Amino acid sequence: MEVKLNLISKERLEKMSTMEKLRMILDEVKSGKIVVLESGLTPEEEAKLIEMTMLEIDHENFVGIEVESYPQKTSSLFGKLLGKKGGRLMVIGPANRLKTLEKREDIIEALIRG
Amino acid sequence: MSIVLKIKRSFSSLFKLFRRKNKLRIGIYGPPNAGKTTLANRILLDWVGDVMGSVSEVPHETRRAKLREGVKIEANGKTITIDIVDTPGLATKIDFHEFLRYGLSEEEAKRRAKEATEGVIEAIKWLDDLDGVILVMDSTEDPFTQVNITIVGNIEARKLPLIIVANKIDLPNASPARIKSAFPQHTVVPISALKGLNMDTFYRVLAEKFG
Repeated sequence: MEVKLNLISKERLEKMSTMEKLRMILDEVKSGKIVVLESGLTPEEEAKLIEMTMLEIDHENFVGIEVESYPQKTSSLFGKLLGKKGGRLMVIGPANRLKTLEKREDIIEALIRG
Repeated sequence: MSIVLKIKRSFSSLFKLFRRKNKLRIGIYGPPNAGKTTLANRILLDWVGDVMGSVSEVPHETRRAKLREGVKIEANGKTITIDIVDTPGLATKIDFHEFLRYGLSEEEAKRRAKEATEGVIEAIKWLDDLDGVILVMDSTEDPFTQVNITIVGNIEARKLPLIIVANKIDLPNASPARIKSAFPQHTVVPISALKGLNMDTFYRVLAEKFG
């Protein structure tokens, strides 16, 4: 069985509002796709994504999401002055398709079921 | 982050600074089955002689946040009074089939799953009303879970003081060192909430961090 991957660039993500990003992610994931975000989400956006996911779980077809990302890097002094945190790669998929095998600080091993 | 949100956060931090002097509200967070309610029960047993709620091996036993106000803790010559919020376990997925394995009927499992999704939302909402967080991790498990990463990221973004508890050190395969190396920027206290191991150190750190 084929699995579709959507790779969203940092530039595209920067043009989208939080709700646009989260809606797009959930719609894609609920249709069985795996979404790869080049620059990830902020911690607040991640929490909001979990909230929205919980609201949409129907206990039959959609039981939630699996998210793969690295811990946030400590900002550089320059980044702290600007109040910016560099987003990191994030992979989001339906919980029944994407499974984490092993996760460490700098490497993530995951399985995608067809 | 929008300017409105930044201003809201700044005022919230300022308000918390004033509120901090007489009333501290501390949330106990973590993934399901990390031992959050066991820790809340241990704290209440040690200082109030009471318990917060029931514990179970079935995940998502706590599906509503529970608040206990005015818990007085004395450690290292300091006395702090805190409100404890025991929150439901955070998760990115909740599948009722998982509960069937523990002998629940399909109806019970579905009801538990529905309540658990509501509990996760409630736990996230509570983050905006806290002065500090105790994050409970199971030291027999891999600490690099998405839930742990998301909670730590949100606590850091809100600039809340944080204590990470490496729970279940009474178990043979526990590795609190793994948690320490995963989150080196935060204070990690190895304990067993169930057996009451190393609780003196935990209370000392609690008084230092939140006092």
